[in-house]
Amino acid sequence: MSSKEGSGGFRKRKHDNFPHGQRREENENINSSSPVINYFKTFQLELDTKHDKYERLVKLSRDITIESKRTIFLLHRITSAPNGEEILTESEAKLDAVRQKIKQVAQEMKGEDMHQFHRAFSPGLQEYVEAVSFQYFIKTRSLVSVEEVNKQLVFAAEDKEEVKTTSTSDAQNNQLCTWSLKVTPVDYLLGVADLTGELMRMCINSVGNGDIDTPFELSQFLRQIYDGFSYIGNTGPYEVSKKLYTLKQSLAKVENACYTLKVRGSEIPKHMLADVFSTKTEMIDQEEGLS
Amino acid sequence: MAVSQMFITLQGVLTADQDIREEIRKVVQTLEQTAREILTVLQGVHQGSGFQDIPKKCQKARENFGSVKTQLASLKTKFPADQYYRFHEHWRFVLQRLVFLAAFVIYLESETLVTREAVTEILGIEAHRDKGFHLDIEDYLSGVLTLASELSRLAVNSVTAGDYTRPLRISTFINELDSGFRLLNLKNDSLRKRYDGLKYDVKKIEEVVYDLSIRGLNKEEAVAAGEK
Repeated sequence: MSSKEGSGGFRKRKHDNFPHGQRREENENINSSSPVINYFKTFQLELDTKHDKYERLVKLSRDITIESKRTIFLLHRITSAPNGEEILTESEAKLDAVRQKIKQVAQEMKGEDMHQFHRAFSPGLQEYVEAVSFQYFIKTRSLVSVEEVNKQLVFAAEDKEEVKTTSTSDAQNNQLCTWSLKVTPVDYLLGVADLTGELMRMCINSVGNGDIDTPFELSQFLRQIYDGFSYIGNTGPYEVSKKLYTLKQSLAKVENACYTLKVRGSEIPKHMLADVFSTKTEMIDQEEGLS
Repeated sequence: MAVSQMFITLQGVLTADQDIREEIRKVVQTLEQTAREILTVLQGVHQGSGFQDIPKKCQKARENFGSVKTQLASLKTKFPADQYYRFHEHWRFVLQRLVFLAAFVIYLESETLVTREAVTEILGIEAHRDKGFHLDIEDYLSGVLTLASELSRLAVNSVTAGDYTRPLRISTFINELDSGFRLLNLKNDSLRKRYDGLKYDVKKIEEVVYDLSIRGLNKEEAVAAGEK
């Protein structure tokens, strides 16, 4: 039986090889060392190098996306958690890890035209902008600027290993061991547009937690961003105007939430408001006990 | 910085960007016009009488490439040199067409495949990225693929015009091109799609050669070629 299998396998292999062998002969007939063939061999090398780089960048971009998303989820927990500081420091650590990935992208892009491979890593960058601006908003209640984002994306070779590797290749490496990656204005805009979705979620969450001030702050902030996007209108690229619709929906949700708070707040006595938005009951119980 | 201020700055950047694109579009339009003119000149070879004055037509086409050079030179000045790929889409099509036209002229003159360096010389651009406005490898390859389908058409028409040797030469040329492209590992993009069309050009020319052989129309030439 084993011999049968063996011969079968052999026959199969032979069969597989046959057309290739024939083709190779054919190629030799139009001589495989001809200038055209040699010329195409250099193309093969060039194209493969380019495609490999592209694939590596896509992979990095995916990692950046995943880590940024996790950071955003982490930051959402801040609305209910008592220890806000802890979460912020943890998110900072996470974002540092993301920046290490972006550093690798920057290293790949050294000496290349950034726009040639832009499509490979643009989704990752957008997600990163979203995470960073969300964190920045939680910390300062304002919008991070492009310059601020880019400032954090200048990397120096601090680690000893990297200094070694670069210094072995170049002696005059003082300038050579910094890498930087610039977030394009469009990537920034798209990231900020995504941010508004997160802010809307944060608003609804905080209403659920009985936090009455945050929703108003958020609606104020979202309105500013919406005005900004309307100002840009259709001078921006197509993707930006597409996001404008979702942005409008997010804004409407937040404004409605604020409206509800206001209306119910004015007609229901202050201590009853808690029933409308649940929780916080404990505190109010205490107050009643006092009075 | 206030949010509104930030968006005003961004809007300024976007408007500047659009202005650049508008400028590029204008130049590309004139380039497309010139490319059409060159194509019209070269299309003459498909007519029966056109086979005699191929050199004259090539000469005329080469003269037209002079204006392509100046137009490309002005295109270069419309955007920062290190942002070639940012605006690449705007001239990609016309550049591929120009590569094809240059390759066609070179083929008609010397029956060889134009090199990337030769194309850049004809168009008055750089061969490598670090030196400025250059020719992307995929654009070059696309232009060459267009040449292949044009040549398969030329093979048919040269038989009609009574030139029975040309299809054989075209056949060897295209076969060589085909084995060249086989060496490449193409991604699933537009270039790959166009490469998939190459086999039909090869097939077409093989049919023409077959028709000629079965009727003995290329016998004398085959003998002559064998003696060479």
